[in-house]
Amino acid sequence: MTDRQPVLQLERVSRVHGRGAAEVHALRAVDLAVAPGEFVAVMGPSGSGKSTLLTLAGGLDTPTEGRVLVEGRPLAGLSRKKLAEVRRRSIGYVFQDYNLIPALTAAENIALPRELDGVSARTARREALAALEELHIAELADRFPDDMSGGQQQRVAIARSLIGERRLVLADEPTGALDSGTGEEVLAVLRARCDAGAAAMMVTHEARHAAWADRVVFLRDGLLVDETGRQQPESLLVTGAGEAGAR
Amino acid sequence: MSIKHGLLALLDQGPSYGYQLRTEFEARTGATWPLNVGQVYTTLSRLERDGLVVPDGEDEEGHQVYAVTEKGRAELRTWFDTPVARTNPPRDELAIKLAMAVTVPGVDVHAVVQGQRRHSVKALQDYTRLKARALTAVGDEDSAGTDLAWLLVLDQLIFQTEAEVRWLDHCETRLANRKPPIRQAAAPARRVARTHGEER
Repeated sequence: MTDRQPVLQLERVSRVHGRGAAEVHALRAVDLAVAPGEFVAVMGPSGSGKSTLLTLAGGLDTPTEGRVLVEGRPLAGLSRKKLAEVRRRSIGYVFQDYNLIPALTAAENIALPRELDGVSARTARREALAALEELHIAELADRFPDDMSGGQQQRVAIARSLIGERRLVLADEPTGALDSGTGEEVLAVLRARCDAGAAAMMVTHEARHAAWADRVVFLRDGLLVDETGRQQPESLLVTGAGEAGAR
Repeated sequence: MSIKHGLLALLDQGPSYGYQLRTEFEARTGATWPLNVGQVYTTLSRLERDGLVVPDGEDEEGHQVYAVTEKGRAELRTWFDTPVARTNPPRDELAIKLAMAVTVPGVDVHAVVQGQRRHSVKALQDYTRLKARALTAVGDEDSAGTDLAWLLVLDQLIFQTEAEVRWLDHCETRLANRKPPIRQAAAPARRVARTHGEER
């Protein structure tokens, strides 16, 4: 695949909830790696383990078996404090409901994780403005979340998730609350961030959104059952055009 | 049908010749439905026969140029004003395949569904990459109209493929909810079990 170290690695990861008769296998021996610059989408019906996968990848839960590594570091060996640090410094999160802090402007929301990193308020603000600029939403800098549309808030959330050294975005149905046009803009932003070197894992049940990813993996009953590889777009028009037309 | 109206729409923007029409058609639809020049000329002669276009001399390179007539313009307007018929759905190989898969013993329907889903999602990924490019191109000022036309065609392919994937998801849910078939050795008994056991 790639000789670069994956940003996220799941090795034979299983998660069992409950015991005995009430035992539920949320994930069964899942292997998955996300390389720098790669955008992976996870699809599957509800109850297939998508959210569990994301929770484990983000270090918010620990696997019953197997290991999760972020930038080559196994999360299992870390102290609570270290784990919190990895979660905060290496991983960005994007949720369906944006999760911006209403009392802070867009720039302040983005700068906040950097200030928590220990960067000076001035530097953090400068970085936040640069991030907004990169996502072509510089004009939102001083707006509060309530004065932004859903799509704008989600773009700010993406900017926040990748501020500083963060290279891994975990996204849970990021376009779930958006109309199709706005959802597309948000995915284009996420796509562009990955093209610029970030790694993303996105959970979605919408094939149209998953299709922005380099690779789509399918989960069923906690098992990774299938995936699409990366293809060249030209392949479709050269060899598949007649096929598409015949349908 | 759509070739005929497609050519009328292009000629409505000014007289043109066969090869040029083909190029323009493909610029708008991204070669999704490739036309050969032969089809274009056959269609033009039918349009001429029906009085919808007229030969309009030759250009300096000797190409036979056609122009749309008033009748042709009226036909084009009627086409835009009339919804595309949804009667007689086209025969869908996938629907037929699944209908057969659930009735033929020994077929792993889940494997059929997943194989198709992977294939369709891959196609969606390809369409989406092309869309991402087209979106960038639409941002540019030049030829925005043509890029927009291509983008709309891509969107349609994307939504259609998405619908297929959603339908496959739905099929799977239906299969999961189905009572396991009652296995009996004798064929007549199985038929009875099927009629009673299905969709309870």
